[in-house]
Amino acid sequence: MAALNRNEPVAEPPSTSIGALTSGRGWLALVGHALPWAIIIVFYFTAGGYLSLGTQVLIWILFALSLDLALGYAGIVTLGQAAFFGLGAYAAGIFAIHVSSDPILGHVVAIVVAGLFGLVTGALILHTTGVTFLMLTLAIVSILFEYANQARSLTGGDDGLQGVKIDPIFGVFEFNIFGETAYVYAAVVLFIWFLIAWRIVHSPFGRSLDGIRQNSRRMRAIGTPVWWRLLAVYTLSAAMAGSAGALSAHATRFVGLSVLSLLTSGIVTVMLILGGTRRLYGAFVGAAVYYLVQDQTARVSPYFWEFVVGLMLIATVLFLEGGLLDLGRVAQRLFDRFRKRPDAT
Amino acid sequence: MSAAPVLSVRGLCKNFGALIVAQSIDVDLMAGARVGLIGPNGAGKTTFVNLLTGFLHPDAGTIMLGGVAIETMAAEKRVHQGLARTHQINTLLVEMNVRDNVAIAIAERDKFAWRTIRYKPQWRACLDEAQSRLEQIGIGQIGDRIVRELPYGQQRLLEIAIALALKPRVLLLDEPAAGVPSAETHHIHDVLSKLPKDIAILIIEHDMDVIFRFAQEIIVLVQGRVLRRDAPAAIAADPEVRAVYLGRSAV
Repeated sequence: MAALNRNEPVAEPPSTSIGALTSGRGWLALVGHALPWAIIIVFYFTAGGYLSLGTQVLIWILFALSLDLALGYAGIVTLGQAAFFGLGAYAAGIFAIHVSSDPILGHVVAIVVAGLFGLVTGALILHTTGVTFLMLTLAIVSILFEYANQARSLTGGDDGLQGVKIDPIFGVFEFNIFGETAYVYAAVVLFIWFLIAWRIVHSPFGRSLDGIRQNSRRMRAIGTPVWWRLLAVYTLSAAMAGSAGALSAHATRFVGLSVLSLLTSGIVTVMLILGGTRRLYGAFVGAAVYYLVQDQTARVSPYFWEFVVGLMLIATVLFLEGGLLDLGRVAQRLFDRFRKRPDAT
Repeated sequence: MSAAPVLSVRGLCKNFGALIVAQSIDVDLMAGARVGLIGPNGAGKTTFVNLLTGFLHPDAGTIMLGGVAIETMAAEKRVHQGLARTHQINTLLVEMNVRDNVAIAIAERDKFAWRTIRYKPQWRACLDEAQSRLEQIGIGQIGDRIVRELPYGQQRLLEIAIALALKPRVLLLDEPAAGVPSAETHHIHDVLSKLPKDIAILIIEHDMDVIFRFAQEIIVLVQGRVLRRDAPAAIAADPEVRAVYLGRSAV
C-alpha cells in the first residue's frame, strides 16, 4: 500500500471538485461575480451614444454563452451555432410582421423554434463525433442560409427582413432610437439565461456533461445515456442562441442574411475561445474585447481589426489556456511572487 | 438449492470481416463465481468483454443477465442491469479528482445524474459514499487528487473502485494488474481478494500467478472459441492448454 501511495496528496483548487458550488473563495469570488453585472449597469448610465453598441455586445455575450454550454462544457464541437441564432432572429422578425408585434410573445416563439430545430437536428447528428459532426453542422447552417436567401417573400432574401415593428415591452417600455429599452431588455434576458446556465453547469447534469467531454466511453461504462444528455444540452444551447437571435431582431428591427452565415458561427467561436471556455464569464470577456478591438482599431484602417483579433486569438491559444480570463490568474501569480520577494531578502 | 446462473452466454458469435473473434461461445457464471479467462494474444478475450458489455454487438447468440436478455441493449442500459467492467487501458475522467470519478458513477447508479435542481442531499451522500469506497480499497487519502497526476497503479485501483460503486451483480475485470510495476501489484491482489463475495467475477489476466491464486475456474479461449473450462490445477496440467498458451510463457 505504501508503495502505491508514495506521492503525497497535493492541494487542489476547490473549483475542480463536485462539492464546490462556487468557483472561488469568499469575497474575491463575490467581487468576481458582481463585476461583470456592475459594468453592464454602469455602462447603461455612462454609454451615451455607445448604448446600441453595448446592446450588440450583450446579444453576442448571450450567443457565446450558448456556445459555451455545447462546445465548452459538453465538448460538442460545432460550427453550426449560427443556424440557431439566425433561426431565432428570423422567427422573431417574421412573427412580428405576420402574427403579433408583442416582443415577449415573439421572443418565446423564437426560443421554441430554435430549440425545436436543435432538438431535431441534434437527434439526427449527435450519434456522430469529431470531424463528421463538424461537417454536418456546417451543412445544416449552409442549407438554412441558402433557404433564407431563396425564400425572398418570407425573408427578404439578401435585402434582409425589413419592416419589423415591435410593441413596447409590457405595453410600457417603448423601443426608441436611443436604445435604452433594447439595452435593458437584452441585459435582463442575458441575466436570466446566465442563471439557468449557472444552475445547469453546477448540477449533477452539468457534471455528467463534463464527464462526457472528458471521456464518453467511461460515461457509457458507468451507465450514462450519453446521447440523451448531449441532445438535452444541444437543445438548450439552441434555444439560448435563438433567444440571442430574437434579441438581435428586436433591438435592430431588422434581420440580415448574415445572421445565418458561417462567418457568424466563426465569430462567436472566436469570441468564446478568446474569453475562455467553460467559465460562463469567458463569453462576457470575449464578446466585449472583440467589439472593443473592432471599434478602436477600425479607425486605423477598415480591416485592421481583423488582423488584431487574429493576433490576439493566436496569442491567447498559445499562452493562455483558459482564454483572457486566465490573465487574472497569471497576474495573481506575478503578484504573489512580487509579494514574497521582500520576505526572502 | 440449485440456483440459476446470474450470467448466461449462449452461442455468442462475432466476425470482423473474415476474422473470427468469437465462435459460438457458451459461458455461465454463478453468483459469487471467480472465473479466469486466459488465452494467447488475439484470442478474443477483450472482444468477449466488449460483446458482454455492449461496446460491440454480437452477430449471433444470447446473453442473459439475471434472467433478462441483454444482447441487444445499449452498453449503458446493461450497466443498470448489473453488469460492470474495468478497462484494459485506463478509461478515467482524468481532469476530475479521484472522488468525483467515483461519485459521478454513484449518481448514475442512483439515477439522479440528469438533475439540475433538488439534488443536494443525494449529492452529499454520494460524495460520502465515494469517499468510503475509496477508503475500502485503501486509497482514501487521494480523493482530492486529479486523476491525471496519479501513478498508474492507483489509476488501476480507481478503475476497480468505480466498477464496484455501480454495485454490479457481474464484474468483468480486464487485466486489472496490466502495466503496474511488479512492486505495486500486491496492492491490486489485496483488493481482488477482498471483492464482495456475492458478485460474479470474470477476470482476464496475463499474470498466471494472479489467475491461479484468484480463480476457482479457468476458461481457456483460443481463436474466439472456448478450448477448455476447468479447475486451475487441471488447466495447468492439460497438455493441449500448455501447448497453445502456457507453454509459450511458462516454459
